[in-house]
Amino acid sequence: MRLQFILSEIWIDLRRNRSMAISVALVTMVSVLFLGIGLLDQRQVDALKGYWYDRVQVSIFLCTARSDLPNCSAGAVTESQRNQIRRQLDAMRPLVKSVFPESQLQAYDRLKAQYKDSPTYRDIMPSQMPESFRVQLSDPTKYDVITSSFTGAPGVGDVQDQRRILDPLFNLLRGLSFGALALASLMVLCSVLLVATTIRQMAFSRRRETGIMRLVGASAFNIQLPFILETLVATVVGSALATGVLWALVRYGIGYLGTRLPINFITTADVWTVTPWLVATAAGLAILTAWVTLRRYLRV
Amino acid sequence: MIRFENVSKTYRRSSQPALRDISLQVGRGEFVFVVGQSGSGKSTLLRLILCEEAASAGDVLVAGRELSALPSRKVPALRREIGTVFQDFRLLPNKNVFQNVAFALQVLGTSPHTIRAVVPETLELVGLGGKEKRLPHQLSGGEQQRVAIARAFVNKPAILLADEPTGNLDPTTSLDIVRLLDRINRTGTTIVMATHDEGIVDQLRKRVLELDNGELVRDQVRGVYEVQR
Repeated sequence: MRLQFILSEIWIDLRRNRSMAISVALVTMVSVLFLGIGLLDQRQVDALKGYWYDRVQVSIFLCTARSDLPNCSAGAVTESQRNQIRRQLDAMRPLVKSVFPESQLQAYDRLKAQYKDSPTYRDIMPSQMPESFRVQLSDPTKYDVITSSFTGAPGVGDVQDQRRILDPLFNLLRGLSFGALALASLMVLCSVLLVATTIRQMAFSRRRETGIMRLVGASAFNIQLPFILETLVATVVGSALATGVLWALVRYGIGYLGTRLPINFITTADVWTVTPWLVATAAGLAILTAWVTLRRYLRV
Repeated sequence: MIRFENVSKTYRRSSQPALRDISLQVGRGEFVFVVGQSGSGKSTLLRLILCEEAASAGDVLVAGRELSALPSRKVPALRREIGTVFQDFRLLPNKNVFQNVAFALQVLGTSPHTIRAVVPETLELVGLGGKEKRLPHQLSGGEQQRVAIARAFVNKPAILLADEPTGNLDPTTSLDIVRLLDRINRTGTTIVMATHDEGIVDQLRKRVLELDNGELVRDQVRGVYEVQR
């Protein structure tokens, strides 16, 4: 069949079955939207992780005279113990990118600055604050090397990785993204079933055309092609609408948050990165559903 | 052109065979009437030629093809050599006369240039010149059947099957339609027409194949509808 003829037939059929085409486009839009939210959420988690992990440190807290940690029974850290820890850290370069020693007074000042209005820390003394080494790693995922090397070492009270504080947040975001993807799967199932039902109805309402096509010797592919292309058009329109909504959400919703919070947020560039996957998934599913349905319900 | 060798056909949900051990041959350019009562197997015979159904036993050969061995992807090529006309015309109601006839060529990928040349020529042949823009509901029954014949013939098929083409028409119009088929036959097209129309069969005196309860009971050259037995 010639392209011009196919396009004119598709246009006529889409106009004739416009409510069907609109319903397929809208259901596709909602399912692709959820799929897009799921994928963008995953990218957001990755962006946040990258942002925070670059900034998190492993803190090696040293023993103080008043420390009641099990490893501090010998009392406050000695000068030689402190030097030994420092030497050991220096020996661990390049994994150890930088080391900031924080004295008891510096720790006290930071606490006071962070919680200046809090009554909880009003009576705290500098001598109660532990001194520490703040260690930044070139590869933050290898924090356990530091933890295992210094936990229990003489003069070390505790080793803390800040990732432990952030991970629950990331897990929550990941959970939300999987929730969005689960919802997307359900919507995709809905759209597959709707496409199948729509094609079945289209095949029935156009049985005279397809009957004539069959009689005059049109191939099975030529008989099925207009149905598949019409479904594809409706699906691509739905995907395009979903992409538009995602773009608007990121541009105006996330974009607004980005101006308020100093955090690495996803941008519309991320929307354009996931768009080909969304459209390809929607189109692929539509073609597959149409093909399977036509094999079953359209005599060729 | 068409050969049946000991062909039987039993439909899946039927215990009675629709055709029993039929053997016949129709040569190139012949005009054959297939007569018989309703349910005698006339339509089944046409459906087997068109490869719409497969024979339960025996061999059907059409235009040099053995249909039982014909892969489904090659069926469209066979059907391009066969035009088909039905009692209920089967026109597309939203397309005009020209578009209905052109549709048969468009779905096969014929160029618009050829379509513009061939369709008016065919409409002229069937006597519908000047009515290209009419919609089917603006035509009489006879004219609608002419459109259907034009659509079946526009591709210049070697065989034209007509399943009760005059069943919905008055006697005068019926005769016009069969004369049109006769004219098409004279261009070399083989015509197989299933009919109940006694007057037409008796008037044209073509070869008659009579089916009775799925059996071929008569094959008569220059035959009539019913012979006294």
